[in-house]
Amino acid sequence: MTPTNWPCPLPDGGMSQEYALTFDRQRRHRLLILPALFDEGNRLRRFTVEVMRRLDAAGIDAFLPDLPGCNESLQPLGKQTIPGWLAATIEAGRHFSATHALGVRGGCLFTPVELPALHYVPVKAASILRQMLRARVLSSREAGREETRETLAEQARTSGINLAGYEFGADFYSHFEPLVPDSGATVIEQGKLGGSGLWLRAEPDEDATQSDTLAAILTAEITA
Amino acid sequence: MSNDTDQLLRRILTDVLGLKPGQADGFDADTGLFGHLPELDSMAVAGLLTELEDRLDIVIEDDEIDGEMLETYGGLLAFAEAKLAEA
Repeated sequence: MTPTNWPCPLPDGGMSQEYALTFDRQRRHRLLILPALFDEGNRLRRFTVEVMRRLDAAGIDAFLPDLPGCNESLQPLGKQTIPGWLAATIEAGRHFSATHALGVRGGCLFTPVELPALHYVPVKAASILRQMLRARVLSSREAGREETRETLAEQARTSGINLAGYEFGADFYSHFEPLVPDSGATVIEQGKLGGSGLWLRAEPDEDATQSDTLAAILTAEITA
Repeated sequence: MSNDTDQLLRRILTDVLGLKPGQADGFDADTGLFGHLPELDSMAVAGLLTELEDRLDIVIEDDEIDGEMLETYGGLLAFAEAKLAEA
């Protein structure tokens, strides 16, 4: 496993060096992985990397780039845009010469259209936001402030919002909210992995059987 | 029906809390949840409620969520059963 950087286009026309974890042995099958987003990204990162280790053992190169504003990125999330993220994932695919793309949960919203895509339990952007808004309502209530999801969503669309520590700009929020995963992708449902989704866990967790199974499904699809 | 809801709720808590199989069988009406288990923070509770909505096919409004229903297993089960009864 090699940590590296990749040149990522930014919405303002500039460029940033973003981080990526890679298993690159110049093999025929090269998988670009778009990680789960925000809080789910933290909870699924170890699982994602465990799947990459198994893909490496099965002869498949894999690349896990940071989107600007996420994970190790030095870019502010509040300044990112949806077209910017779409351009970034296309560039990541080209930079790593990917032959396939895998979206994990919210990452499915950003798999480049030019690559054959596999979607691991894809989720609508609205569902991700619904949960983050609800967490905000609950924590505000604990602090003695009454908020509702409707008014928070309205505020988010007009002036941006901080949800669970993630700063969303108004433009990003408005364009993110209606996103749904592309229906052309091959969908891998959780039922095939023999256990419940690790994004449900309150604390990050791992499950070797699920990693084995997902890697085996991906290998079969990619090398078919 | 109530027994099904009970089992489903135990399964969701098993998934959210990462419990071992069977561990949630020990939950009774007085088992403490929100405010008693450190890992059950607001994000985890939000996930739990969203999962409850999806698996029971119900909609939970913000103003239906109060401390009492989240505080104990019995409170949460009574809430889920009441929601199903009105659905």
